[in-house]
Amino acid sequence: MGRKLLLANDHVEGIRSYEVYRKHGGYASVEKALKTMSPEAVVEEVKISGLRGRGGAGFPTGMKWSFLAKPEGVPRYLVCNADESEPGTFKDRYLMERIPHLLVEGMITSSFALGANTSYIYIRGEYFYVSRILEQAIAEAYNNGWLGKNILGTGYNLDLYVQVGAGAYICGEETALLESLEGKRGNPRIKPPFPAIAGLWGCPTVVNNVETIAAVVPIVNDGGAEYAKLGIGRSTGTKLISASGNINNPGVYEIELGVSVDEFLNSPEYCGGMANGKRLKACVPGGSSVPILPDYLVTKTISGEDRLMTYESLADGGFVSGSMLGSGGFIVYDEHQCIVRNTWNFSRFYHHESCGQCSPCREGTGWMEKVLHRLEKGMGNMDDIDLLVEVAGKIEGNTICPLGDAAAWPVAAAIRHFRHEFEYHVKHPEKIKDPKHGHKEPIMPVRPVVTA
Amino acid sequence: MSAQIHGTQHFNETLREKLAFSAEGLETIKKLMSRYPEGKHKAALIPVLHVAQAEFEGWLSPEVMDLVAVTMNLQAIEVFEVASFYSMFNLKPIGKCQLEVCRTSSCWTRGADDIIEYIGKKLNIREGETTPDGMFTLKTVECLGSCGSAPMLQCGAEYHENLNPEKVDALIERYRAEGTRKNYTDLEYKNTR
Repeated sequence: MGRKLLLANDHVEGIRSYEVYRKHGGYASVEKALKTMSPEAVVEEVKISGLRGRGGAGFPTGMKWSFLAKPEGVPRYLVCNADESEPGTFKDRYLMERIPHLLVEGMITSSFALGANTSYIYIRGEYFYVSRILEQAIAEAYNNGWLGKNILGTGYNLDLYVQVGAGAYICGEETALLESLEGKRGNPRIKPPFPAIAGLWGCPTVVNNVETIAAVVPIVNDGGAEYAKLGIGRSTGTKLISASGNINNPGVYEIELGVSVDEFLNSPEYCGGMANGKRLKACVPGGSSVPILPDYLVTKTISGEDRLMTYESLADGGFVSGSMLGSGGFIVYDEHQCIVRNTWNFSRFYHHESCGQCSPCREGTGWMEKVLHRLEKGMGNMDDIDLLVEVAGKIEGNTICPLGDAAAWPVAAAIRHFRHEFEYHVKHPEKIKDPKHGHKEPIMPVRPVVTA
Repeated sequence: MSAQIHGTQHFNETLREKLAFSAEGLETIKKLMSRYPEGKHKAALIPVLHVAQAEFEGWLSPEVMDLVAVTMNLQAIEVFEVASFYSMFNLKPIGKCQLEVCRTSSCWTRGADDIIEYIGKKLNIREGETTPDGMFTLKTVECLGSCGSAPMLQCGAEYHENLNPEKVDALIERYRAEGTRKNYTDLEYKNTR
């Protein structure tokens, strides 16, 4: 049983309410930080902890915080990114719904560290009911003196608001989020300047994921060094993993980074193995944007080592035979799922969610969706497969924000590992007429990938 | 659309009298606009559009968007460009209960297609259509962050998870009996799990 830092109390009855949360040690990090530490000392602890951004990019949080510009007389902002929209990811919703005060506490402590006096939690519109839960928690925090003017008599002021979006995946990209928060279309901004210099309304701003901000609470409580003891190498601490797909126990799990993928997938403590006794076919370990892994590369790396749930181990082998930890959206596919159909599904998602600002992404995602649809419906030809690779290659790296890359990678990886299945769709159009043709597709024998 | 064509200054005065926010809605809008620094009240636009959509039958007509522009002291085009960007804002009328079924990967692996087909057959409508009685609209949407309890659908503020035909039947029956419009902003949230 791994140690839990964020979800240790998630099954305590009534933990959603202020009284119960407080009784279980809640708001201790605010007391400690505001009364005994300087803002710089809090930033230093976060640096020592080695905490990396939990939204997907994995950028060191302490470093991000230290980039924040501090010009005289200009307000600074902390914005929490709760626009969780990556397919396969639902950990932030779970955390906010179960323990809303943990996020509120993290926001207060983090805002203090950054010198922000106004902070916003930007939550996706579909989570409207979760925003109500957060608003309730914030009201309780105000009533008990944790928010507002002169918190704990220290002279520190903070106002915290929940801002609701209206359905746009792109608003999870930090500059698009800021545009949306300002009441505009969610078009990502050209960087630089980075938000740390010119963010919300042109002021220095830090944007952090829900889980990142929640992790600041145990880091301040126990010290950064204690947090860094968990995990392996540069993957320190714990991570929330959203497990879904054809497994026995879908749900949100807090793991210590470094658990093996095999254990995570098969242990009854976590996913509990494949559902209905079927065979594993593929796994997307970090949300829809990361490369898909075929069965033989899920629990082992190409060099035969055990694959671990860490930033480094999941990326082992690069894009040839590896993937990424990303946001921790762990989607598992059994032998009856059609990879072509799934890739089309992802492409449709990215086409739908492209903001339309950059031509390669706006047009390219549409092309990929159409070509994949053609293949899936048995109307494709062999050239289409190479055409997809070509289009994906032309989107990648040619867009303002990473949505273009996120759309291109899953397609490129699916063809890299499952080319035989795309070819099968071209060769046997009559067999794939049935929408459930995934059940009949032959599973190819394992073919080792030759690394360059 | 008229929101594109005429600016706030040309706002139709008679229409304005006919179309107005409730006192409660105006109060909420005032509160929303006060959450930002001086002069940055445009930031309240998305939350205000949610209020407007809930007050005016679940969709944003050009007239409603004009009303929002006047209320917030913005140009009509500023409202329209935002309303047209986000998928939760309906620019066409919808039924009282919009069933938004997730169709993205995790839900698909657990039978979202079957659920969509089942609802379509049961209500005799296709995706994007509304039943003749104006009660239900069927919409397919992208990932709603409920992958661990797939398949799922959202209706107003409610998430309905781990769906199967029986649950869908019960849900539609309940909505028919209640007969009320379901909005994202509905205060009361009933967790169905």
